[in-house]
Amino acid sequence: MIFSDDTIAAISTGTANNSGIGIIRISGKNAITIADKIFFMKKSGKSLTECKSYTIHYGNIIDEGKVIDEVLLMLMKAPNTYTRENVVEINCHGGLLVLGRVLELCVKHGARLAEPGEFTKRAFLNGRIDLSQAEAVIDLIQSKNELSMKSSMNQLNGYLADKMKEYREIILNDTSFIEAALDDPEHISLDNFSKQLSLHIDTICKGLEELIQASDNGRLIKEGINTVILGKPNAGKSSLLNLLAGNERAIVTDIPGTTRDTIEEQINLNGILINMTDTAGIRSTDDKVEAIGVDKARDCAKNADLIIYVVDSSVDLDENDKNIMEIIKDKKVIVLLNKSDLQSVVEESYIKKIIQAPIVSISTKTNDGVKEFEDILYQMFVEGKIVFNDELIITNLRQKNSLKEALKSLKLVINSIEGQMPEDFYTIDLMNAYEELGKITGDSVEEDLANQIFSKFCMGK
Amino acid sequence: MPNVEENYDVVVVGLGHAGCEAALACARMGLRTICFTVSVESIALMPCNPNIGGSSKGHLVREIDALGGEMGKNIDKTFIQSKMLNASKGPAVHSLRAQADKSDYSKSMRTVLENTDNITIRQAEVSELIVEDAAIRGVKTFSGAVYYSKAVILCTGTYLKARCIYGEVSNPTGPNGLQAANHLTDSLIENGVEMFRFKTGTPARVDGRSIDFTKMEEQFGDELVVPFSFSTDPESIQKEQVSCWLTYTNQKTHEIIRENIHRSPLFSGMIEGTGPRYCPSIEDKVVRFADKERHQVFVEPEGNYTNEMYLGGMSSSLPEDVQYAMYRTVPGLENVRIVRNAYAIEYDCINPVQLKSSLEFKNISGLFSGGQFNGSSGYEEAAAQGIIAGINAACKILGRKPLVLDRSEAYIGVLIDDLVTKENHEPYRMMTSRAEYRLLLRQDNADIRLSKYGHELGLVSDDAYHWVLKKQELIKEEVERLEHTNVGANEKTQKLLERLGSTLLKSGTTLAELIRRPEISYDDLAEIDIDRKPLRYDVIEQVNINIKYEGYISRQLKQVEHFKKLENKIIPDFINYDDISGLRKEAQQKLKKFAPRSIGQASRISGVSPADISVLLVYLEQHRR
Repeated sequence: MIFSDDTIAAISTGTANNSGIGIIRISGKNAITIADKIFFMKKSGKSLTECKSYTIHYGNIIDEGKVIDEVLLMLMKAPNTYTRENVVEINCHGGLLVLGRVLELCVKHGARLAEPGEFTKRAFLNGRIDLSQAEAVIDLIQSKNELSMKSSMNQLNGYLADKMKEYREIILNDTSFIEAALDDPEHISLDNFSKQLSLHIDTICKGLEELIQASDNGRLIKEGINTVILGKPNAGKSSLLNLLAGNERAIVTDIPGTTRDTIEEQINLNGILINMTDTAGIRSTDDKVEAIGVDKARDCAKNADLIIYVVDSSVDLDENDKNIMEIIKDKKVIVLLNKSDLQSVVEESYIKKIIQAPIVSISTKTNDGVKEFEDILYQMFVEGKIVFNDELIITNLRQKNSLKEALKSLKLVINSIEGQMPEDFYTIDLMNAYEELGKITGDSVEEDLANQIFSKFCMGK
Repeated sequence: MPNVEENYDVVVVGLGHAGCEAALACARMGLRTICFTVSVESIALMPCNPNIGGSSKGHLVREIDALGGEMGKNIDKTFIQSKMLNASKGPAVHSLRAQADKSDYSKSMRTVLENTDNITIRQAEVSELIVEDAAIRGVKTFSGAVYYSKAVILCTGTYLKARCIYGEVSNPTGPNGLQAANHLTDSLIENGVEMFRFKTGTPARVDGRSIDFTKMEEQFGDELVVPFSFSTDPESIQKEQVSCWLTYTNQKTHEIIRENIHRSPLFSGMIEGTGPRYCPSIEDKVVRFADKERHQVFVEPEGNYTNEMYLGGMSSSLPEDVQYAMYRTVPGLENVRIVRNAYAIEYDCINPVQLKSSLEFKNISGLFSGGQFNGSSGYEEAAAQGIIAGINAACKILGRKPLVLDRSEAYIGVLIDDLVTKENHEPYRMMTSRAEYRLLLRQDNADIRLSKYGHELGLVSDDAYHWVLKKQELIKEEVERLEHTNVGANEKTQKLLERLGSTLLKSGTTLAELIRRPEISYDDLAEIDIDRKPLRYDVIEQVNINIKYEGYISRQLKQVEHFKKLENKIIPDFINYDDISGLRKEAQQKLKKFAPRSIGQASRISGVSPADISVLLVYLEQHRR
């Protein structure tokens, strides 16, 4: 999106440093009216539009009567602001989840999610930043975009991608049928087609509604620290996972469709969300499979924010361990020397030579050391040593936004059908839905429709 | 021996549908124009289908008319059957199509050209472009004559290095056995123009006396004929119409085709040109749509002057004997006699991304082009480009700003924008689905959309333009009146609603609200609309549409508003994409190649991402300051 007169919003603080405060920034013509719709000033109950520029207000962010967060809100009116537009900054207290919800509320009330680098771009285009900074703005836009594209695509889960593909195909098929008939009415008839179309759209709408609901529950995107448990078979990986997950404190959710060869659990440790992936697939019964196991470990390690390397301290380290350590030596790692209840034959100092990481002795059998492990993990997070991708929450929001937009468009098609509008009216909204769903998977529309018409339908002459 | 040397303002090469419109536009704008054709008898020739218009093409004809072009007027004079396609669908896809008397069409257009001041017609083959310092100076003909001019418009259609093929036989001729133009391509290549080779085809023409029409379904024209031209009085064109006929291929037909497919030049590799997927030959249909049991065949008269009939749907490049065999399997064609064989034709055309939106070559100042030469297909597409190329050649000479219609203004805008910004690898055909804002780009409102441009250029008369202004006023007033005229749930109204099969009123409403009901139109409400004044049919049509589809129309208007913002950000000619470090390599190359005129156009080039567009915006702002 490049239009400069709409209102944009984004989380403007890094979300990684768990500082306890995050800022949502809104900029644009409607920034203040949008903020007014979600912010309720304590004590005075005044509307923000009545307030002066450069003032700070204390109040709650409220969604449908429920308090989302207690915040400080900074009001800055155009033109003396960073972007030269109306700007509102909301200082939230909650973590990433709360920030996400506040941002979503802004979007619900008319803001658009900002593109990477867009605040700075606006500042420049509105004459706020001088020329010497233009190059920097350009670099920022391009680099941030690459990063965000990469991470959005990485985070797209298989189930969602498959569904999008399926829905888009149905929509494109139906649309191209209608268009082919409009272009060549003497060859292709649309009689009774709207009945079939209604059925298709109903199915897709139901599917989209489910997905939106799922994203409300945070099930579509794995928000949290992506943690991979690595180790040889029998080192106690699964026991560790069960121990952590089976704990009273832990919340366990299945994420449908995301589990492939690996088992995933979402765990809440002292308020920190952790996505645990147990690389159960790694088995080394013979040399060939072992090689696959190493590949898999490499793969898992690549996308992980944190690796928990479980070592069976009762047996000697072997080639497998060396391979694993080689793969993970540059990552954030916690080493667990498991089976501390048995005689240890593994030397801590040997491991330390290869990887720089905290090492904890633990017994998944007796629970010894588990508390210490949790503390270390918490400490690392608080100190900012483990960070997780703050694009996640944005990705989630973007996807949800697109799902909602697509649903809205399809509902309009239903309206058109029920209102007995002619068929050519359907395709406008059908293609909108198609485009929105394409944003989720990163597919563009371009020549899809024309190609489909030509390849599927036999046109005249 | 000295050669002939003459001076003109404009040279038009080719007098097909593009060339005619281009020449007329230039001449009517006061420029001395010489037109070259390989045969004066082939002016405005219809070498393929015998009709003008059809889905989305009918829109183009209306737009050409609104700009002051000739195609609409000419078909109104020479049609023999007329039909509004998609009449049961929404107004955006209503499309007029008329069967032409081919000979009359061609003659009538020739008469117009011959009676237009400033036009000189010359039968000769242009063989060379004269280019100096990247600007056109004129052309040279095969005989060595030199014609100097300030602008040249190339509308060579399918004649460049043309070759007609059926089966093993191949003739180096243009359509209909006319002489091909074999030299101009070399001159274009010498001047750095990138060429494509495209292909298209046409079905056989057969003797009407050898057809058994009793085995076919008769296809009539509309009872009330709607004219193409806004200037034609509907009363004046109500006349006796001829019929077309519908029959079908069958399994036997397909069998013969399959058995002989190896003899098709398309499958044997004898044809290298790229053909259009939307109008496949019958052999192509049988191969690609193998599960279809039959295909439609429209048998259409070529005109009143002849009993030749066109076999629509059965274009082919199979050998003569196979053509006979397959045609004779079709009900009604058992004893058919072929007058002209079906054939495929290959020809040279340009890669149109070398053109600006004004249809001037980016690299050769003053050289313009239109029609199939630009990689399009169809008479209407050609004429649409022709009039724009003509107007812009004239504007260039007269020192005026070029006329560039954007995608939100006209199908012509969509057509040209697609040609110059998309990598086309087959002949381009117009389709309504290509127009993002088609609810606004209706064939019924082309005059409202475009007359102002035609008038400014001097191609539309004051009278015609003033009527369009008046019409807009009347529409506005009437819509307003209906929106504010209340109707109560009285007996008279309820009775009317009952008769129209509509839901009865529970409380009062407005006349406009009633018109929004799908089953009710403006005319239906006459008896309860006491204050109604008589209005012309075309005003009533607009009132009806504007009220009925108001919600959809206003949504599209909003989209257009967004679209316009980027469209109006013009990229200066001096931009050097190599200097913009933030652009990705791919984007840099594409932008250099296409040299888009605006940020909006840049955003439609594949390979240019939104981030690249942001970078461009920042860069342009940096330069502005």
